[in-house]
Amino acid sequence: MSKHQDQPAVIVSGLHKSFKLPHEQHSGIKQMLVNRLKGKKGFEIQHVLKNVSFEVKKGEFFGIVGKNGSGKSTLLKLLAGIYTPDKGKIRVNGSLTPFIELGVGFNHELTGRENVFMNGALLGFDHKEMEAMYDEIVEFAELGKFMDQKLKNYSSGMQVRLAFSIAIKANSDILIFDEVLAVGDAAFQQKCFDVFAELKKKGATIILVTHDMSSVLRFCDKAIIVDKGSVTGIGDPYTISDMYLELNYDNNTNDESSVVDSADGNRVAIESIEFIDANGKKTTSPNSGDVCRVGMKYINENEDYINFGFQIFNDAGVYCFGTNTKICGLDPINSSEGFVQIELALGLLPGNYYINVAIMNKNATSSLFYKTKAYSFRIKKDTQVEGISKLDYRWIR
Amino acid sequence: MKLSNVFCKRNRVLLRELVITDFKLRYQGSVLGYAWSLLKPLFLFAIMYVVFGLMIKIGSVEHYAVYLLLGIILWNFFAEATNQGMGSIVGRGDLLRKISFPKYIIVLSTTISALINLTLNLIIVGVLMLFNGVALHWSALMLPFYILEIYLLALGLAFYLSALNVKYRDTSHIWEIIMQAAFYATPIIYPLSIVVAKSGAVAKLLLMNPIAQAIQDARYVLITRESITVSGLLGSGFYILIPVSIVLIVFIGGTLYFKRHSKYFAELI
Repeated sequence: MSKHQDQPAVIVSGLHKSFKLPHEQHSGIKQMLVNRLKGKKGFEIQHVLKNVSFEVKKGEFFGIVGKNGSGKSTLLKLLAGIYTPDKGKIRVNGSLTPFIELGVGFNHELTGRENVFMNGALLGFDHKEMEAMYDEIVEFAELGKFMDQKLKNYSSGMQVRLAFSIAIKANSDILIFDEVLAVGDAAFQQKCFDVFAELKKKGATIILVTHDMSSVLRFCDKAIIVDKGSVTGIGDPYTISDMYLELNYDNNTNDESSVVDSADGNRVAIESIEFIDANGKKTTSPNSGDVCRVGMKYINENEDYINFGFQIFNDAGVYCFGTNTKICGLDPINSSEGFVQIELALGLLPGNYYINVAIMNKNATSSLFYKTKAYSFRIKKDTQVEGISKLDYRWIR
Repeated sequence: MKLSNVFCKRNRVLLRELVITDFKLRYQGSVLGYAWSLLKPLFLFAIMYVVFGLMIKIGSVEHYAVYLLLGIILWNFFAEATNQGMGSIVGRGDLLRKISFPKYIIVLSTTISALINLTLNLIIVGVLMLFNGVALHWSALMLPFYILEIYLLALGLAFYLSALNVKYRDTSHIWEIIMQAAFYATPIIYPLSIVVAKSGAVAKLLLMNPIAQAIQDARYVLITRESITVSGLLGSGFYILIPVSIVLIVFIGGTLYFKRHSKYFAELI
């Protein structure tokens, strides 16, 4: 290993991959004959990866990010050697263990103990080696009493714990993780993070395939973005996470005409929304901590008394902020049209956010109008804080 | 796939675990468990013996009962190895899509399971030989060679069929029909002498089938000199090269076909 210290761990050059997508579900001789006779091909070619090239250095924590369907999973499977590239080369220096799923080869009819040995074999450990680390695995998984029970009697959490405890024993130079972090509870995720930190310290090369920007920011030294089968960005995690947010940023919802009104005769609706920064300019990408105003032009042909509601969600669907005029003690309004504003200090972290707006009845017990994703905005990068919100803070030393 | 890698540590370990798993899972949940793999051929033999040995009286061979049992057991070995081997790649699709390892190990593991089964079944043959007072001859040492012949043929076919089955699931149905026809085209129940009496040419042709040749030879060396073999019927032992060549051609062809297609199993399954 030391001999090739300065050699990259993984070199990917000019990688192409396409799949044949059959038109019919059935894979059979009949279909083949029918297609031959009709002169049809019976499948479509889908180019999943187009000319992908990058290098991963030894000891690097490397992130591969991309939206669903971008080709990142295919790239992962090519790196893992599960798929064969159409064109291009993948050169791997050292041993490589992929974790596309935890507990590969687990069989529900076998006991926990038997599954440990089977799974270990897939990682390349023989019976003796597994025997030697068996106790450690069981202890780490906290499953001592259950090892002689069949796996089908395990809860899914127990299965993941067992699988993970075996996985961390993998003694490879290069490890590839798919979004395994997405499963399991918070305590388990923390365990994963601890293992990542440990591996990073040991100098292992790690490739993480994910769309969770917080883990990219937290661990990666370098990352690439894969979009529509091509690498659209290579760089440090901050640049990449910013690019990724921009890529995911959904402009369409800012189209004012997309705010639809309720469909009865008298219209009660929020017709347009504007987002104004501290300088009085319209914006869709404020900085974290900026004071902004969100203005809503409403129409209320019923001339009933109404309240206004306002919510912010992030793009993972987490409800970040919400309020309405009723709970703030404001009197309901009954004018037939007008303009309301809400001023906010955006104590949010970088990311994409959506605004939901509502018009409610006099007592704010039901919505007369509700629009989800009525507006979207993106908070630009901020390298100082992590977590889920940016509190007002300062250091005192 | 370098030949040196074929039995590198990881592959050996994996093969071993797959065989053990297969062994444990086969009769999972049944009361008699592994005894079934002995009982099934034994019952098939009992039925065949009652029908063809006692009722129709087709068995004009010395020690017909043992003769029949050995035939059935060798045939079952071939059938099991090809059938299980054929379905093995599709059956392990979950594994193939998630981790990279040499695919041939999967096929190999199922055929080795069949081989273990055969070994156990041969013990029953041995017991029955004892009861029937069949004298053991030195030539019985040739038996492993004939088993190897059947094994290589089955492995070659399993490679070919398992790869084909990934593309066309019709394969298993077609193979079922072929196997049924082949069972009767092979002198398992009936002694070959019946065919010889009708047409010597047909009998010679039947013996060019490697399984027929191997079964007849195995019977010859283990049970009775009445078993008609290639050298007995065609006058020269050299003719055995024809069925043996068929075995080698099928084995090499099947292996190459499998190797060429195994790269794409993960995306096709």
